Amino acid sequence: MHSARAVWVKIAALVVSLATLLPIGFIIDMGVRTGWPVLSTMLFRQRVAELLLNTVLLAAVTVPLCIVLAVAVAWLTERSDLAGARIWSALAVAPLAVPAFVHGYAWATVAPGLHGLPGAVMVSVIAYAAFLYLPVAATLRRLDPGLEEVAASLGHPPWRVFWRVVLPQLRVAICGGSLLIGLHLLAEYGLYGMIRFDTFTTAIIDQFQSAYNGPAANTLAGVLVLCCFGFLTLEAGLRGRERYARVGAGAARLPVRIRLGWLALPCLVGLVGLVVLTLGVPLVTLARWLLAGGIAVWRVDEIGSALAQTILYALLGGTAATVAAIPMAWLSVRAPGRLQRALEGCNYIVGALPGVVIALALVTITVRVALPLYQSVATLVFAYMLMFLPRAILSLRGSIAQAPVELEHIAGSLGRSPARAIWAVTMRLAAPGAAAGLALVALGITNELTATMMLAPNGTQTLATGFWAYTAELDYAAAAPYALIMILFSLPLVWLLHSQSRRMAGR
Amino acid sequence: MRCLSLMLTRRCALALALLSGPVAAMAQTPDGITVYNAQHVSLTKAWVEAFTRDTGIKVTVRNGSDMELGNQIVQEGAASPADVFLTENSPAMALVDNAKLFEPVPVDIRAQVPEQYRPSTGNWVGIAARSTVFVYNKTKLTADQLPKSLLDLADPKWKGRWAASPTGADFQAIVSALLDLRGEAATAAWLKAMKENFVAYRGNSTAMKAVNAGQVDTAVIYNYYWFGDQAKTGENSNNVSLHYFRNQDPGAFVSVSGGGVLASSKNKQQAEAFLKWVTGKGGQDILRTGDSFEYAVGVGASSNPKLVPLNELQAPKVDPAKLNSKKVTDLMMAAGLL
Repeated sequence: MHSARAVWVKIAALVVSLATLLPIGFIIDMGVRTGWPVLSTMLFRQRVAELLLNTVLLAAVTVPLCIVLAVAVAWLTERSDLAGARIWSALAVAPLAVPAFVHGYAWATVAPGLHGLPGAVMVSVIAYAAFLYLPVAATLRRLDPGLEEVAASLGHPPWRVFWRVVLPQLRVAICGGSLLIGLHLLAEYGLYGMIRFDTFTTAIIDQFQSAYNGPAANTLAGVLVLCCFGFLTLEAGLRGRERYARVGAGAARLPVRIRLGWLALPCLVGLVGLVVLTLGVPLVTLARWLLAGGIAVWRVDEIGSALAQTILYALLGGTAATVAAIPMAWLSVRAPGRLQRALEGCNYIVGALPGVVIALALVTITVRVALPLYQSVATLVFAYMLMFLPRAILSLRGSIAQAPVELEHIAGSLGRSPARAIWAVTMRLAAPGAAAGLALVALGITNELTATMMLAPNGTQTLATGFWAYTAELDYAAAAPYALIMILFSLPLVWLLHSQSRRMAGR
Repeated sequence: MRCLSLMLTRRCALALALLSGPVAAMAQTPDGITVYNAQHVSLTKAWVEAFTRDTGIKVTVRNGSDMELGNQIVQEGAASPADVFLTENSPAMALVDNAKLFEPVPVDIRAQVPEQYRPSTGNWVGIAARSTVFVYNKTKLTADQLPKSLLDLADPKWKGRWAASPTGADFQAIVSALLDLRGEAATAAWLKAMKENFVAYRGNSTAMKAVNAGQVDTAVIYNYYWFGDQAKTGENSNNVSLHYFRNQDPGAFVSVSGGGVLASSKNKQQAEAFLKWVTGKGGQDILRTGDSFEYAVGVGASSNPKLVPLNELQAPKVDPAKLNSKKVTDLMMAAGLL
């Protein structure tokens, strides 16, 4: 019985995974059709070299800065006796509720001259460092202080203990968070549009707007995909194969918080400065534009319709991604194997692809081959599903792992068909994970700009595209309500992330 | 916990059911016409609202940029959901026209627009016009220091001193006029010098804002940005002055915004009614009274009195049907601008 069930789930997982290969298949197909002579002239030109240099520099400067910042803040909130550590920890995560392009909008208002690499690096660090803070703080929280005490007892001064004992244990968290940031840097459009910094993604949109889905845009998309693979490989290499696990009887003690003494004041000042940059600037700017715009910018019918459409897409996309994630998540817990690992890899790779690449592929495929789906709600929801599938799988997998397989067997022995047994027993037990996954996907969709712009059905306006349309006309006041609603929407979800990471650490 | 999650699922299902109304509305093509709009969102919105009020015909708008929507229509071919295409500049219209996708414009609509604002093919018409202008920061430059021609900006003495938005359809239209007037070799050379000299901004209004703030001395943009900002608060243009090149210079190019009905339209009557309305009194009056500050082009229509009159601009003579967008993007890519 078990194997029959597994076959169906495997087929379902296979179908979903094949769908995830669509964008990459499209890029390869377009490359082959375009032919090497044309491709090489598109590829080996000054503009592509500039974009590549920009992208590499952006990642090479931003990611290390984010690491230093995140580790420092995480150490302060988790390991020092800093006053109000819990509040600082919440404030360190809160910038995630502000979409990256709203950070860009705020900085374009406060410092209009900010542009190029320095501007892009600064705003990227501000917008994305929290992605590293979350895993680093969670790991720091559950480290066994015993190891550090042993090192100290062997005569290592505190900084060397940190360098040789604590930091290596943070390696997995740092690598994972850095990868996440790196992929965001590759995919982001709005922020760099505001800060006037050209990356592959902005150049693809420029090409799209000057020539729709021409070969130049596809070629750039191909290079962008290679950059993503480069990051994935780099992370896999740096993460290494070491395992970090505590061995020993009983539970680890809580780490002793280190007294900051006279250093407390400068540390507090630093944190206040950071919060001013990451939260103060966007929120104050937003407030300023809302005040300047007054009641006139609250065009209720327009904003209401954008809000309704955004909620609708968030729910549809969230449901689609969660449902599509079920077979894969179930397989990876119940029947892990070589095929399952290969399929799961496909799902993560598509999640790493920028929205612009997925949208470009779907625009071309639907307009040429599947015209009834062209500019349809279904296609946009499908794009969201592809982009956010990993979020849904990860959340579901954890919950399914906690649902005992024996219950499924009992349901089967009581006469339930295999599919119904999974649905009635395991999926119900996994529902909290599914709901969390759905929420994460919905958050992603609420703040999604590029794919929505390129794939939206006629007459569609979401909060993000509405915001972007007004900023393009320099009407920053009219854009402000959209940004505010997006932030309010995201806040509960970011809170969920924050509390989940604390629970993961068991405290 | 289980109860909670079940409740959540039910709530979600309920919300989905409640929201399925709008999705149905979004998924099917509503009655009325679909306009692919590359004109200013606010201008078309004003046109559409007044048109629907006058005629009762509903209009769905898809917003985008000139070349994006033009190329999109070409890709969609006979299956295009669009009934009408409106642009800011002529090259995108020429692109669709060359692909033989426009329905010839009926004589009564053509008669509403003078010949110089229509393509020689007769398959679309001008709906508005805008002029190229050289804006400069008046605290940094005086009138006698300004270039005499757009082509002077290739000179090394202008290095780092002028801005443009090369990715926008506006600037690409100016380049297409240059190409038509001076030929390929001269255009390629000028673009190469431009890559050396200019500072890139995304969007003409951003470029003007930068000139106003003194981040860059000058910029090549269209005229209405300045008037639009002056009509609001002027905070992005108070330090900015306008310089028209005149003398039939490529930099004096007046760009015709086009409108056309697609041959594939299933609602041609309504689509033509819309085009007739836009080029007629109702549509052209909105250009004079609204805050778009684009020129009216209809026979006998007058533009906003704040603008320098069209016939004083000494614009070069260009057939809008001949503007070649593909060649322009190729040349700009070769120069490393795209």
